[in-house]
Amino acid sequence: MKQITGNSNRIGIWRWLMGGRHGFEGYLYVLHRISGVALLLFLSMHVFFTGSRLLGQETWERLMSMTRGPVFVFLEYLVYCAFIFHAFNGVRLILIELGIAVGRPDHPVFPYRGSIHKQRPLMIVLMIVTGILIALGGFDLLRFPH
Amino acid sequence: MNQIKFKIRRYSSATDTAPYWQTFSVETEPGMTVLQGLQQIRERLDATLAWRHSCRMGVCGSCAMIINSEPQLACNTQIQNLSAQMITLEALWNFPVAKDLVPDLMPMFEKHRDIAPYLIRDGGDLPKPGESELRQSPEELNEFLQFSSCIKCGACMAACPTLANDPHFLGPMPLTATHRYNSDSRDTGFSKRKEKMDGHHSIAHCHYAAECTRVCPKGVDPARAIQLMKRDLVLDLFHFSRRSPAQPCDTCATVDHDSLKAPVFTAREKN
Repeated sequence: MKQITGNSNRIGIWRWLMGGRHGFEGYLYVLHRISGVALLLFLSMHVFFTGSRLLGQETWERLMSMTRGPVFVFLEYLVYCAFIFHAFNGVRLILIELGIAVGRPDHPVFPYRGSIHKQRPLMIVLMIVTGILIALGGFDLLRFPH
Repeated sequence: MNQIKFKIRRYSSATDTAPYWQTFSVETEPGMTVLQGLQQIRERLDATLAWRHSCRMGVCGSCAMIINSEPQLACNTQIQNLSAQMITLEALWNFPVAKDLVPDLMPMFEKHRDIAPYLIRDGGDLPKPGESELRQSPEELNEFLQFSSCIKCGACMAACPTLANDPHFLGPMPLTATHRYNSDSRDTGFSKRKEKMDGHHSIAHCHYAAECTRVCPKGVDPARAIQLMKRDLVLDLFHFSRRSPAQPCDTCATVDHDSLKAPVFTAREKN
């Protein structure tokens, strides 16, 4: 059969950004990707900053003085948030991907209550823990001056 | 009677270079579906508008389209339930558009064909009807029954955020079909399908956004099927034996297939 090659209609990353059209798990999917990229960027910066020690004491101290400013502390807090979210959502995904939290196959009887509802208690507990840790980290990290 | 605007993304792969939006005004009444609204447009306003439908009762899966940014069946969606004065309609995302609201579903069916969506038996064919049978307990049936309700409408494929960025990703429908056959006690094709499951653009790229499950009009739960398949792959990696496949039961009472045939009446016998 001839394949249509005109308009691909693939929406790409726009699908991630369309607020209001996802389920809660859809938003967690998007946040997991964003926090993952943020942590990767942090790791590269971290290696660069710590590697600057090789360039001498003066360079090291100049870079370290940059990290004490309020903007940098706030960015550090965002990295902390990304780490906490990525870690706890990662635990949820590991459990789900091992088939632990999604339940057994069920008869599809309307209104459908599938794996989304089965894993939701786990998701709620882990997101509450995430929220508490992010709030505690905020109290500690954002107290100025350090 | 209430007037509702239908904003439709139109495109013809034969004549247009780019899609464009066109708005129609439709008279609606309680209980009216989006599909009926489209029929009204074609009958009264624009006979060139194209979409696909068949059963009009949520069984065939032909009329799946994007309704207010959500993949849904047009025949299953009542206009008044959308609570909007403007309804936007698009062909399913992540598929090439043939014309207007008609997606080209061939990429999905090609992926579906690639995962061998049929019963595979080591060492030969399935027993012939009337000679022998493969017995299956209700528990074994429940392992795959939910996943066999798929009507292949493509709504899950349009909702999948991974497929939106990776066109080679197998997608929820073919992966669910894979698990449907893998979890069938009569099937022994797990190792044959493993290459497809384990490969690039396959289940490792699913990270449980669960959008497929949320939009599925038949409650098939593709996200669950994919996660259970991941578990099976992990068990296989550590050489945990899967359930033993059903064996032909030659001594079981087999069904007399001739007795199942519908009786044929002639007009004279009916009277």
